[in-house]
Amino acid sequence: MNLNELTIAQAREGLRRREFSAEELTMSCLAAIDAGQALNAFVHPTPEIALEQARAADARLAAGDAPSMCGIPVGIKDLFCTKGVAAQAASRILEGFRPEYESTVTQKLWDAGAVMLGKLNMDEFAMGSSNETSVYGPVVNPWRCDDRELTPGGSSGGSAAAVAAALCLAATGTDTGGSIRQPAAFTGIVGLKPTYGRVSRWGIVAFASSLDQAGPMTKTVRDAAIMLQAIAGPDPKDSTSAEIPVPDFEAALTGDVRGRTIGIPREYRMPGMPEEIERLWQQGAELFRSAGARIVDITLPHTKYALPTYYVVAPAEASSNLARYDGVRYGRRARLAQGDGITEMYEKTRAEGFGAEVKRRIMIGTYVLSAGFYDAYYNRARKVRALIKRDFEEAFAQGVDAILTPATPSAAFGLGEMASASPVEMYLNDVFTVTVNLAGLPGIAVPAGLDRQGLPLGLQLIGRPWDEAGLLNMAHCLETAVGFVSKPARWW
Amino acid sequence: MSIDIDTARRVAKLARISVPEQDLAALAEELTGILRFMEQLNEVNVEDVEPMVSVTPMRLKRRPDGVTDGGYPEKILANAPDAREGFFAVPKVVE
Repeated sequence: MNLNELTIAQAREGLRRREFSAEELTMSCLAAIDAGQALNAFVHPTPEIALEQARAADARLAAGDAPSMCGIPVGIKDLFCTKGVAAQAASRILEGFRPEYESTVTQKLWDAGAVMLGKLNMDEFAMGSSNETSVYGPVVNPWRCDDRELTPGGSSGGSAAAVAAALCLAATGTDTGGSIRQPAAFTGIVGLKPTYGRVSRWGIVAFASSLDQAGPMTKTVRDAAIMLQAIAGPDPKDSTSAEIPVPDFEAALTGDVRGRTIGIPREYRMPGMPEEIERLWQQGAELFRSAGARIVDITLPHTKYALPTYYVVAPAEASSNLARYDGVRYGRRARLAQGDGITEMYEKTRAEGFGAEVKRRIMIGTYVLSAGFYDAYYNRARKVRALIKRDFEEAFAQGVDAILTPATPSAAFGLGEMASASPVEMYLNDVFTVTVNLAGLPGIAVPAGLDRQGLPLGLQLIGRPWDEAGLLNMAHCLETAVGFVSKPARWW
Repeated sequence: MSIDIDTARRVAKLARISVPEQDLAALAEELTGILRFMEQLNEVNVEDVEPMVSVTPMRLKRRPDGVTDGGYPEKILANAPDAREGFFAVPKVVE
């Protein structure tokens, strides 16, 4: 086994026992990144920084000061500001931007001794479900079933592909409507979106501030627990980060789910859903039953309104957040014609700096917030959002500890296959994940099996607010019972 | 609700995104499609429902209104496409 194929937990053991050095582990990942360029996952590799951090980690390990992430090489989604290193949100409008500051999440990782391998590809401004809106071009899924190139999902597609192909041990992702969980499911890895407020959003390029949350994308549930431990906690720089104590997530992984109650929401049974997904879902419920959990049917009646609610709320917030890209303070300014004033500068800069999907969402957001439509669209969506959250609260009040659903309505599809689809058809990818963001809950995607083409499928567990510990334990139980060990066959 | 070409032009203007005249019809059609999708929300009874303000019940933290940071204009200007003499530079705004 090559070192880059280790999990965080395995590497932690090896590093602490001095079986190999952080530098050797990092070299192994850097070699995998070099050999994996066909995946287009790492768009700004940082090998010099990686080696420097690895040597510092080795010094800490030698001194016996070794937190869990010490010496662990990770990839960082391009949405995170990293001091002196390009942070472009996969957009042309942030071409050349090198932040003068470090996001809280990445700072916490470096403080814990983690090693930055580079920045990872994604959908532009995290808007997309297939990585095809990126200015760097799409990421290619390491999984294949024929000669087609498949999407790794999005928006954290680079993070998902890099972890699945073992270019790094783990990666950061962000999730506004499913952007951690859907790509995790498409690539057979674990992706956790924490409770809104568990992880600081400071220094992460904002998309929809009431929905965005960063989280770990890892090879195993244990690794997700380890990485969440490193990045979670209140932050004075983010007023929405919660002053709630962070428990020991790894210690919660007992695998014991006896007496726990798992809800199965009937509204997630979608017409036209592949029978294989339905079967995996039932198997998942059976596995929990065998492990001693109680399975109950629940109802989340407003589920069908989650996508339209999301596609009002998220673009509204995005249109406001993305107003800052004006060609004045950072990024790219359009070349102006003789006599152009400041309005032309804004309009030309934004027209050529943003891609088609980002422009579409900014304009939809502008429309739903404009005078005369604010009540009809935006306020109505905020009311329906309150009802969606209430659905979950009622289920939890009935004693449900977690909710089991499919992660995605399909396996990974081919790059370009959705090119002629309408934007709304693409949005359906998020149908099972978007409710979780609207309600601010923690959700985790766990690989659950392969479909008949040999592509990974995932199940999602949704937890009570702030109960990532309980959620991770249930995910750990599912992971153990499923025994998913498949890896993509290397073609790159 | 459907969006006509004039509305599409107005939305683009409000969003400060230049859209060529010949692309407005396609834009209007696309935006209309998305709005139709959103109109499912009209089926929901939202009477007496308060619009959500914060997804987790929390009071925003308060802190003293003091200066705790700053004094590095060169860092602030480091990423500007055009900066001169300690200022962001933009095309002329007043005649």
